[in-house]
Amino acid sequence: MNNSLKDWVDITSGVNVRKCMRCGKCSAACPSYDEMEYHPHQFVYMVEKGDIEPLMASESLYRCLTCFACVERCPRNVEPAKVVEAVRLAAVRKQGNNHLIPDQIPAMLDDDMPQQAIVTAFRKYTK
Amino acid sequence: METFTYYPGCTLRTKAKDLDKYARSSAAALGICLEEPDEWQCCGGAYTTAANEPATKLSAVRTLNAAKKLGRPLITVCSACHNVIKQTNYDISRNEAMQTKVKNYLGLEEAYTGETTIYHYLEMLRDVVGFDKLAEKVVNPFNGKKIAAYYGCLLLRPSKAMAMDDPENPTIMEDFIRAVGGTPVIWQQRNECCGGYITMEDKAQAAKRSNIVMKNAEDIGAEMVITACPLCLYNLKKNSDSNLPVHYFTEILAEALGVKEDSGNE
Repeated sequence: MNNSLKDWVDITSGVNVRKCMRCGKCSAACPSYDEMEYHPHQFVYMVEKGDIEPLMASESLYRCLTCFACVERCPRNVEPAKVVEAVRLAAVRKQGNNHLIPDQIPAMLDDDMPQQAIVTAFRKYTK
Repeated sequence: METFTYYPGCTLRTKAKDLDKYARSSAAALGICLEEPDEWQCCGGAYTTAANEPATKLSAVRTLNAAKKLGRPLITVCSACHNVIKQTNYDISRNEAMQTKVKNYLGLEEAYTGETTIYHYLEMLRDVVGFDKLAEKVVNPFNGKKIAAYYGCLLLRPSKAMAMDDPENPTIMEDFIRAVGGTPVIWQQRNECCGGYITMEDKAQAAKRSNIVMKNAEDIGAEMVITACPLCLYNLKKNSDSNLPVHYFTEILAEALGVKEDSGNE
């Protein structure tokens, strides 16, 4: 277990992952469930165990839509989206690890694409 | 005439001009003056929940602090701007260390501690104007048209910060629809995600979400969907197979109030 990484994720998320009672409601509520290798409840459980590197290497980090359904519907107020966010930040804040670079943007656009989509994706995917 | 500080945000100046234009013309018709602060920035689009990261909160605090200095409540229209600004305000008001860091970053004389009151435009209609008073000013009622209110995620969640309405059984948009003479339909997908920014890199996932939302609205018999969010509008129109019309809530408000002009949007 990487203790310093776990401490960083715990402090960044502000979440006490040990409050989780494993009901799975976060994953049941998740609109990206089918697209995820690791699901919201697994993020919580694996961060609790300190098993964070597999999460940091997973595309699941970029499937969270930040819709806060898991946060709202958790009966224990664990706030899984904040855990996903902290692990994503641990990944993209590393040098050279941006998930989205500006050169990729023009090919993603069409005439109607709102600026909101671009700034949101940048904030989520890029250092 | 009551005056409020008004934050349009980046998208209302570009791809969502209708959302802005009809917000302004409707406010004028309702006797409300909306004034932009001298300086504002993009809110950032998404709130970064990191408890130890001041940098991503600075742009929202600049707007909040400008509104604080002007001494009037801040009105937002775009769901994303509202979400970011409201969550920033909620978290900074409870985090003294963050207040100090942000004060130092921005060089503020006095720390920003969450003093500004924020209303989404819908909350302004409900809590300042009043839906009953709004109904009295309607000149072109929608004559019972079945309208589906699409909240998406950003207006309601996380509810402890947003505090707009019941996050699972909201009524504010339905009450708005009634005020303009429409009939609200209640549907399961009204507070589920459209796919959001995933449309940038995965059209298939965005299409999957948007089709689930629009199919539900069609199945329930809606004749129109309304939203406050430019990205929801984009996803529901562009990434779904549905032909059901999707409009900004400010557009149907302007239409009901008789102040809708021809669209300036492409």
